[in-house]
Amino acid sequence: MPARDSRDAEGLVGHLFRHQAGRMVATLTRIFGADRLDLAEDVVQDALIKALDQWPFYGVPKNPTAWLIQVAKHRALDLIRREASFEEKSVELAARWPAASEGAGQAVLDDQLAMMFMCCHPDLPRESQVALTLKTVAGLGVEEIARAYLAKETTIAQRLVRAKRMIREQRIVFDVPSGAELAGRLDVVLEVLYLLFNEGYTAHGGENLVRAELCEEAIRLGRLVASHFRTDCPKTHALLALMCLHASRLPARVDTGGDLLLLGEQDRSRWDRQLIDRGLLHLERSAQGGELSAYHLEAGISACHATASSYESTDWGYVVELYDQLYATKPTPVVALNRAAALSRLKGPLHGLRAIEAVQHDPILRDYYLLPAIQGELWREIGDKEQAAGGYRRALACTCTEPERRFLLEKLRSVSGEAAFT
Amino acid sequence: MPQYLLLLHEAPKVTNLSPDAMQAIIQKYKIWSDTLKQTGKLVDANKLHRDGRVMRGVTVMNGPYAEAKEVIGGYFMIEAANYDQAVQLARDCPNLELGGTIEVREIEPC
Repeated sequence: MPARDSRDAEGLVGHLFRHQAGRMVATLTRIFGADRLDLAEDVVQDALIKALDQWPFYGVPKNPTAWLIQVAKHRALDLIRREASFEEKSVELAARWPAASEGAGQAVLDDQLAMMFMCCHPDLPRESQVALTLKTVAGLGVEEIARAYLAKETTIAQRLVRAKRMIREQRIVFDVPSGAELAGRLDVVLEVLYLLFNEGYTAHGGENLVRAELCEEAIRLGRLVASHFRTDCPKTHALLALMCLHASRLPARVDTGGDLLLLGEQDRSRWDRQLIDRGLLHLERSAQGGELSAYHLEAGISACHATASSYESTDWGYVVELYDQLYATKPTPVVALNRAAALSRLKGPLHGLRAIEAVQHDPILRDYYLLPAIQGELWREIGDKEQAAGGYRRALACTCTEPERRFLLEKLRSVSGEAAFT
Repeated sequence: MPQYLLLLHEAPKVTNLSPDAMQAIIQKYKIWSDTLKQTGKLVDANKLHRDGRVMRGVTVMNGPYAEAKEVIGGYFMIEAANYDQAVQLARDCPNLELGGTIEVREIEPC
């Protein structure tokens, strides 16, 4: 079977389909127009389905990316021939995807970045920005997005439909903004990536503590933003630094049984050195320029942990200082709570408890399990088992993930001997 | 060595699969057919066009498959010592996992 042998490839790497889908949808949207995003998605879906039809029988082609582009291009040309208003677009298509295109290079990068700016347009509601970015830029399916956000598929589908309608109605353009507009628009893109990352890092409920995929995707898109000359700026690098440094701890956050481990309990040799190095590099690049954003400060705090050889030898004084600055930029009760936790390491548990008192009745933290959990932990350190147990019980009454719940039950048992069944 | 046709009757395709899900299916097929290839069992494989004609007497009908639930999506021709071995080789074909059926037919030599 000579024909088959020539098609024998090394296989499909990583998320090739997902990433390639994102690239192709971006390029086709550039050509068809932002109002025809659906059309671009259909063309790409058709190309992927053709691969799904043929590759099982004929094997994976030598250059899967070029194959997909070729098929998408033919599909697009078919459409262009059928639509009178598309007459001149075949020239554009040929220029964007020359023969045997690998689907890389500056043009495709432009398209992808323009797509991110379109998805994160300030006129779209936040939840639509997030869903649209995951669907069209990251190439996730509706079902996958729903799973990641513990939402119904129909809810996500509705958000996407609404977002696309708004893009049409408000005539949102497909382009990388420039000039005075750029900074503000970039802020929204970075915010959406930050949200994606946090969603992956701190799951809101359910069995999985960490949905590393979302973190991975947020980092990938962040690198994409940083690789374009227009958006390669200190703030982008600060966000990337923060994400890499945080993500470096993902492998150590749970033990082999899937149970949660606190920063102090983690085996630091399991931290991802490569991600730490990359994070520190981005942190360095974020320091060029005058702006000190919240991302800078959060990355700085994460770097303190990443570079400390042990929990005890962490420079808590500097961590508290960074939290003070962070609170000045972003005065949220969550930041205050984290600051209090760091303060307790520097000055002792009583100082921490006192600092928590200031925010403990904040409505934003009403269902935030970490607040009572930290109180419980600090009372346990002081030796007041009763107060400690009270803290853990209040934490268990909040929404938390399955591993977090197990963690709290274990803690409760250690201070009260209570075999709690909840 | 006797040859067998594995006719893949495909379950109706889900059209809104995510790119990741599609890639995963292809990957499974690749692993399965690579094993056949490496052990020298694979003779040929082809995907059949979805469009077709059915002729009966003097009538010719387009795409007979609209009413049939499971269309033959394609086939693999393999070598096996007997039916048991052919079935064994077909067992890991992802088509089964995807809800399709596989018809195994020995090619009768003349």
